[in-house]
Amino acid sequence: MRDGRDAVLTAIRAALGRSANEANREVAPPARHVRPAVSDDLTERFQRKLESRAATVERLGSAHEVPGTVARYLQKWNMASRVVCAPSLAMLPWPKGSFDLHVGPARRDERVSITSCFAGVAETGSLVLLSTAATPTTLNFVPEHHLVVIRRDQIVRHFEDAWERLRRWNAENGMPRTVNVISGPSRTADIEQTIQLGAHGPRHVHVMIAEK
Amino acid sequence: MQIRSIEFKQRAAEALQDPILQRALNRARGGFVDKRAAAIADLPEFDALREDAARLKDHILDHLDYYLERYEQAVQRHGGRVHWARDAAEARRIVIDICRNAKARTVCKGKSMVSEEIGLNAALEAEGMEVVETDLGEYIIQLAGEPPSHIIAPAVHKTKDQISDLFRARHQRPRLTEVPDLVNEARQVLREKFFQADVGITGGNFLVAETGSSIIVTNEGNGDLTQTLARVHVVVSGIERVVPTLDDATLFLRLLARSATGQETETYTTISTGPRRFADVDGPTEYHVVLVDNGRAQMLGGRFRDMLRCIRCGACMNHCPVYSAIGGHAYGWVYPGPMGSVLTPLFAGLEAAYDLPNACTLNGRCETVCPVKIPLPDLLRELRHRQHDEGLTPAGERGLLRLWAFFAERPRWHERLSRLAARLLHFVGGAKGRIEKLPLTLGWTRARDMPAPSGKTFLEQWRARGRDDA
Repeated sequence: MRDGRDAVLTAIRAALGRSANEANREVAPPARHVRPAVSDDLTERFQRKLESRAATVERLGSAHEVPGTVARYLQKWNMASRVVCAPSLAMLPWPKGSFDLHVGPARRDERVSITSCFAGVAETGSLVLLSTAATPTTLNFVPEHHLVVIRRDQIVRHFEDAWERLRRWNAENGMPRTVNVISGPSRTADIEQTIQLGAHGPRHVHVMIAEK
Repeated sequence: MQIRSIEFKQRAAEALQDPILQRALNRARGGFVDKRAAAIADLPEFDALREDAARLKDHILDHLDYYLERYEQAVQRHGGRVHWARDAAEARRIVIDICRNAKARTVCKGKSMVSEEIGLNAALEAEGMEVVETDLGEYIIQLAGEPPSHIIAPAVHKTKDQISDLFRARHQRPRLTEVPDLVNEARQVLREKFFQADVGITGGNFLVAETGSSIIVTNEGNGDLTQTLARVHVVVSGIERVVPTLDDATLFLRLLARSATGQETETYTTISTGPRRFADVDGPTEYHVVLVDNGRAQMLGGRFRDMLRCIRCGACMNHCPVYSAIGGHAYGWVYPGPMGSVLTPLFAGLEAAYDLPNACTLNGRCETVCPVKIPLPDLLRELRHRQHDEGLTPAGERGLLRLWAFFAERPRWHERLSRLAARLLHFVGGAKGRIEKLPLTLGWTRARDMPAPSGKTFLEQWRARGRDDA
């Protein structure tokens, strides 16, 4: 069934004064757009912007410090020990027994998740996460606490720089189903314009920036 | 939904007399305006971005067929399906068919103005499906059985007290009074629904031709749970939402968040491309996009093409003195404020929405704040011209306009008559300099006095001061 396809395209072409055989014309892409100025210390800006949107940020020497940092985070929040971890981080030196680590997508009652990410954008302090077998999307939205590990060299200046990296990634792996850009915990202002965190997604986003 | 714009005057009068609504509107007014102003003061490039965005939208509209076809190919390449709907009825039928094929019982929805435009919820409910709005504002008005009163803050007309009563009645739990508790209760109730949903329906703020992706922005994350947990993801979007590349979408995103809520970015920007991949462990197994025309192609060819640049940020209504005084419901359909006053007559007809283009002071603030530089006052004026040309304007108004035009074309007569009127009104105004009642302006003087003129016309004063020293 062709539904309204031809009718809609015909109506558009009629409005533009074009015939159907012009459909395969070449259109010159639009010029490069203005980008906001972003100061040079990208990591500093990335952290500052994230914190301004109610995320918490910690700087680590290396990704090997992640398990210890997670243990301290759980202690601080006095939370049960179940943690679900993206398969992409399963190879970290997780200690046996200090908490109950599961690898995979989020269960319905999940409270804490740990994921890697694809890039960070200094412009607005945003995390870019891809949905892949090693990084399931449910980890970003179902739990109350979302812990994210990012390497310093993953932080780029503008969104356009992240898209450039994405295009390179796509050329090898194919476009992921979802690209999630996340800038802090979930929030709403739908009741009397009062900002309230944790509307539907995580109430807390904790970002660990590893030097390497 | 039924378009009730014909009742504008009556509903506007009621809104002005409604103390609870006025309290809600008062609170909203400053918030949006101040937050936007602060966000823009923080971004020196804002005006340059607006220029780029308006130019880019014009480019896209010039080549709309081209980008839509490329977008469609890219969606198909990633295993998604694209459906084209000529009008609201066709769009509803397409979505119903998708839901039926999925044997859907529960449908969760992210916020989508196009779905409001096509009246989707009622159509799905008529098929026996449970439809759950998951954006907190949309959820509130769904419980209340009302249409949105603002395109980005649909429940802006509701006070916390009213929401407490609503939740108490509909959730059948103890009455809560604090915002965190209310939000938390909605979170718990809707969590259940997200995991129950068979189909998740979202809008599409942008459709990317380069990648075949739909983009939504939310602060709550409701759109993400909607589309990630359901088996089938349906995107409902207008044909004008396509953009060439991710870089182009980024330009609009920089403007959208700041113009809408005064944020640098919303919390979640989600770029969705097709159903779950072979190796993926979560995500929907079907991905559909419904491209809705519903009058847009026709707008493309005429005087109202600029309106298709709209990215639905709501800044025009936040800065509109008329909207701020009466709220969104008086406009009678899903799009209120200045953008709605242009769109509603185009959808519903010049007569059915007669008052909307006329309920505008032409102060121009909407155009000044529009992130894609839509000349809203010009478009509203054009609608008035058309109403006049079609003979919809009341006879008295037409007669007066003709009379004025007669004198305006004859400067000497015009001046003589102005001089006479200035002296007469000055005399009527007396020592107070105010006129309490005047024939032909009773509607105006009922609520306030008219300031009397000084007794001399503008031209007289101009000559008296000497033309050159001004």
